[in-house]
Amino acid sequence: MHEEPILKVRNLRKQFGSGCSHCANLDSNRLEKNYCTVCGTVYAVRDVSLDLYPGEILGIVGESGSGKSTLMQCLYFDTDVASGEAYIQTPALTGTNVFELSSQQKRSIRNHDYGMVYQNPVHGLKMNFSSVGNIAEKLIAAGNRNVGEMEATSKRLLGNVHIPLHRMKEEPRNFSGGMQQRVQIAKALSNNPPILFLDEVTTGLDLSVQANVLDLIKKIQRELGISMIVVSHDLAVIRMLADRTIVMLNGEIIEQGLTDQVLEDPQHAYTQQLVYSLL
Amino acid sequence: MAMLEIAGFEKRFTIHHLNKVMPAIKDIHFSLETGEFIGIVGKSGSGKSTILKSIYRTYLPDHGKMMYDSSAFGVVDLAHITERQMLHLRKYEIGYVSQFLNVMPRTTCRQLVTNALLEMGSTEDVAGEEAEKALAHFEIDPKLWDSYPNTFSGGEKLRLNIAMATVKQPRLLLLDEPTASLDQQSKMKVREIIEKLKLNGTTLVGIFHDIEFMEGLCDKVYDMQTRKMAVGEKVGVGAES
Ligand SMILES: Nc1ncnc2c1ncn2[C@@H]1O[C@H](COP(=O)(O)OP(=O)(O)OP(=O)(O)O)[C@@H](O)[C@H]1O
Ligand SMILES: Nc1ncnc2c1ncn2[C@@H]1O[C@H](COP(=O)(O)OP(=O)(O)OP(=O)(O)O)[C@@H](O)[C@H]1O
Ligand SMILES: [Mg+2]
Ligand SMILES: [Mg+2]
Ligand SMILES: [Zn+2]
Repeated sequence: MHEEPILKVRNLRKQFGSGCSHCANLDSNRLEKNYCTVCGTVYAVRDVSLDLYPGEILGIVGESGSGKSTLMQCLYFDTDVASGEAYIQTPALTGTNVFELSSQQKRSIRNHDYGMVYQNPVHGLKMNFSSVGNIAEKLIAAGNRNVGEMEATSKRLLGNVHIPLHRMKEEPRNFSGGMQQRVQIAKALSNNPPILFLDEVTTGLDLSVQANVLDLIKKIQRELGISMIVVSHDLAVIRMLADRTIVMLNGEIIEQGLTDQVLEDPQHAYTQQLVYSLL
Repeated sequence: MAMLEIAGFEKRFTIHHLNKVMPAIKDIHFSLETGEFIGIVGKSGSGKSTILKSIYRTYLPDHGKMMYDSSAFGVVDLAHITERQMLHLRKYEIGYVSQFLNVMPRTTCRQLVTNALLEMGSTEDVAGEEAEKALAHFEIDPKLWDSYPNTFSGGEKLRLNIAMATVKQPRLLLLDEPTASLDQQSKMKVREIIEKLKLNGTTLVGIFHDIEFMEGLCDKVYDMQTRKMAVGEKVGVGAES
């Protein structure tokens, strides 16, 4: 078995602020967590490398502020990286660091290869478009033009995530948090992306709705074989979904392994604290 | 070549907040041939579960070799293969059963067993049929098949657990006290299925508290106290450690 990752990330860095002489040398322990107390620069993602394999769910867990959302936004081209590389395993892009592509090429990757579900639905949905309209927008971006077909696809996708037919024309701003997340998932799946990013999809939802969304994600993986990165600060979510798990702290990966191993035999002091507090 | 050979295996746990390193076990050596069943006996805390969990990578082995003759990759050291390789072996070759059921919530009993087969590539039809056979074999009441196992009794959970692992007909099956909370009749069911798996060539490593259960089933017994392997019919004797 020799398999190539579908997404390969190398030495990704992202900072907010331009740094100063105090913090420019990142080897030094001169930061307060991820923050330079002298110039106020935040080192949100520091030298992150990871591989995502076809059909797997990779979990990323870490406390608030550890850089999980920033990492997702970098991968999805919402924000520029300071440095680093990412490679997608498609014939057209083999060997190309996608961070170096033009913004038009990046948009094409977003439209055809990526799906994203944001922590905050406001970022993933146009709240004043109907739910069907939200999905149609993504379908148009992916090159669809047939209105009847797009409406049918939208309805099928919304049906799959259990949005009742009579509410599909409604604007998602009227929906509950769980429904908004489900519309986001339907939208993210509409272009059949091989790679899906899910940022805290279940945070803030009550338990039964959470279970519902988790079921849905598992089903998507089983039936469509989509590769996913699932970000959560909740180890219970990661335990349910991910085969492999990465633990982040202050912008860095401090530990990774099989999910059950990370939970039952955590190596790093921070991971141990995280796991013991769950028990 | 042995199916599994453990040599110089050692495992410690570092507990950072206590600033402590706890040696769990060391100097473990044993090996088993294809189709053999070895039992591990020893006092509580002697490290029996630690060995099985390390073979399965739920624990990270520290030292030593765990050579496994896999059908996917040939002979590999389970202590050093990649995470993805380990996941592949778990899916297709190595099963693990403990007394605890750890499954996706809100998934029915039937679906859990079916999924175990689907992930190996069975068709829906075959998976559904085999799942029903397994559930019936372990005498899980058909009324329970379409309900969630979180409400099951300890014995029902355990039988489901064993059903999930054994439908896959793994090449190597690790059993960590799978009969702990079962009544005599359920134990006999487990024994039956183990005999069947053995006949089909599955290699087994098992931890069992009750020696009677092992009687005539194990080919060898590894004693944690003496670090020796007892072979033959009289296994179970010398386990009073
Ligand atoms: N636009 C920004 N400007 C300045 N700092 C930012 C900006 N966005 C994020 N940060 C900082 O980057 C760090 C990482 O934030 P990020 O949102 O990625 O964390 P997270 O792991 O997703 O946390 P949470 O679990 O709370 O969602 C934090 O210290 C945050 O304050
Ligand atoms: N995850 C862990 N973290 C820290 N210590 C552990 C962990 N797992 C096991 N140990 C320790 O390792 C030693 C061996 O434990 P293990 O569970 O392997 O024993 P056992 O022989 O299976 O016992 P029993 O018969 O009671 O199940 C014990 O001292 C235990 O406390
Ligand atoms: Mg976040
Ligand atoms: Mg034990
Ligand atoms: Zn600075």
